[in-house]
Amino acid sequence: MRTRRIIGTTAAVTLTLTIAACGSDDGGGSGDGTLVGEGSGADCEIAAAIGVGAALSLTGAAASYGESQRNGLELAVADLNEEGGVTYELTVEDDQTDPRQGITVFEDFTGGDTSIIIGPTLSNGAFQAQPIAQEAGVPVLAISNTASGITEQGDYIFRDSLTEAQVIPQTIALATETYDLEQVVVMYSNDDAFTESGYEVFASSLESEGVEVTDTLTFSVSDTDFRPLLTEALAAEPDALVVSGLIEAAIPLVTQARDLGIEVPIIGGNGFNNPQLMADAGAAAEGVVVGAAWNSTSDNAENVEFLDAYEQEFGGPPDQFAAQAYAAMTIIDTAVRHNCSGERDDVQDGLNNIADLPTVLGSLTINDDRDAEHEAVVQVVEDGAFAVLG
Amino acid sequence: MDVQQLLNGLFVGSIYALFAIGFTLVFGVLDRLNLAHPAVFTVAAFVGIELVAVGGLSIWAALPVVFVVGGLLGLVIEQVAFRPLKGRADAHFAGLISSIALAGMFIALLQWRYGPDTKRFPAESFPETTYKVLGAQVTGVQVAILLITIVLAVGLHLLVGRTRLGRSMRATAENPTAARVVGVNVDRVSATTLAISSALGAVAGALFAMNVNSAQLGMGGAIELKGLAVIVVGGMASLPGALVGGLLLGLAEVFTVQYIGSSWRDLVAFGLLFLILVVRPQGLFGTRKVREV
Repeated sequence: MRTRRIIGTTAAVTLTLTIAACGSDDGGGSGDGTLVGEGSGADCEIAAAIGVGAALSLTGAAASYGESQRNGLELAVADLNEEGGVTYELTVEDDQTDPRQGITVFEDFTGGDTSIIIGPTLSNGAFQAQPIAQEAGVPVLAISNTASGITEQGDYIFRDSLTEAQVIPQTIALATETYDLEQVVVMYSNDDAFTESGYEVFASSLESEGVEVTDTLTFSVSDTDFRPLLTEALAAEPDALVVSGLIEAAIPLVTQARDLGIEVPIIGGNGFNNPQLMADAGAAAEGVVVGAAWNSTSDNAENVEFLDAYEQEFGGPPDQFAAQAYAAMTIIDTAVRHNCSGERDDVQDGLNNIADLPTVLGSLTINDDRDAEHEAVVQVVEDGAFAVLG
Repeated sequence: MDVQQLLNGLFVGSIYALFAIGFTLVFGVLDRLNLAHPAVFTVAAFVGIELVAVGGLSIWAALPVVFVVGGLLGLVIEQVAFRPLKGRADAHFAGLISSIALAGMFIALLQWRYGPDTKRFPAESFPETTYKVLGAQVTGVQVAILLITIVLAVGLHLLVGRTRLGRSMRATAENPTAARVVGVNVDRVSATTLAISSALGAVAGALFAMNVNSAQLGMGGAIELKGLAVIVVGGMASLPGALVGGLLLGLAEVFTVQYIGSSWRDLVAFGLLFLILVVRPQGLFGTRKVREV
């Protein structure tokens, strides 16, 4: 017994040492001057390839998002490298949808010759990993995180994904106009930080649009039976249901609402912005309204080109995650060219100077809080697919 | 009183009841708390979805298969979690712990097989029929849930009350040693009891997944406490008590939403449990000290 415990302890210590050794593997990298080039803007030429590290969830719960993101990044890097002048070397690492693994990946990137880090895929991983980059002075561009407080972690943290606080007010304004909303019932899961903050934005947007909330119903993130709540909602005869919930709740909620005879529009938060909704809820998903950061039907030149190239490369249409990843490389390229340098601090400075940049997401500006600002799109499910509302 | 809410409560309550009846059966006959029961509930939901989505079965044909799978899991639970520990002085407690361990293994296997994502029946596998009952909307699945629960509960009642196996079960419940003396094969009774219990829990799991069209790894954990509450309310080892307790809990939840507020649902439901423990510790149908099936 005792011997066994000693062996166990020794193994644990050895493992810890090995991990520590991996973490301190310093590639030296960014100080050798070749990352600074000649010229500026479109004429900028840098001899060395700029290292871009992406920490994405390629396995685990968020794997489907990470896959799209990797596709978007690879396509963008291929396009930029073909253009020339400044070239990029993309390294994609899997954080396994595990914040601890995300930390390890970030440590690897900050210790190597990475000029900028992209990711991680999920907000909860970002909160854990970003301080490592901030500490090391490596800029981070978040491409899918929508939680509030992501960029508040430091002046090296940027993002190109719109937050719910940016998308929801536009959604409510357009839905109110389109459907003449006068009174609604609001439902949200009150034991989850994301859906609760989504609810707060919904509530204030509804108030400023002058829509009356006749009832507010709460549920738990683990709930799947919404019939008692929906029966209550039905009795209030609302013009629409407004729901802040995750996709796990969205699907049964929408299905059961239609079963009970609720035919009014269901306006959802970011959790509803998922093609899974139409795949699993089927016809019940018709009439679901949800705001999104990327308008897949936009006819701006960047977007049309992107849709075409993506379809050719991967044999299917891109989703919002791929679009936001693609836009990230446009932003990074512009930031690098701003000072014609891939040095970490120069890239940070370049990111602070992104204004009215044409991207696949539309004309994009990085604001003083290092968050992206661009127009959102309001979608409605029609014939089993998202269509632009209005 | 709103008819729609009354029916909502009855449907979800009958699933609670079916789950709790299986729980109660093992507790009543074998005097063991089988905490692998919620894991069987979860496994059955995922297996049911796989049978329909991949195996191409209709949801009705999947139910008997799930029943059998549940029964087999019950035999596994008996062999792995309870049989090896039966002779020990602390067999009650040891069995409780080993059933928790087995539940953890079941869930880990599920996660390995299906991943952590929510699974659903294919959208087209449900009949589109909805009925109007006194102005309330009811789906075919919900009607089936109520009927299946009643049929299984009555069937179990007859099995325990009228058959040779039932007599052996009652004898074992009364006193396992005495039952052995008069020639009852107690090992076989405990294996059969766990198989029946798990088969019922499995059907409850598949029905639950059909009712809300989703199955998650955590669904068993969510119903576990409710099942325990139901058997306490019903009187620990009373089968009719578990049936009535399940329906009561479902109705209590629904009417809390209607009359008090959705945030208070669990508070009221578990508050009732506490109240019954204080006012009537033997439960609604229980009798003090005497165990029955």
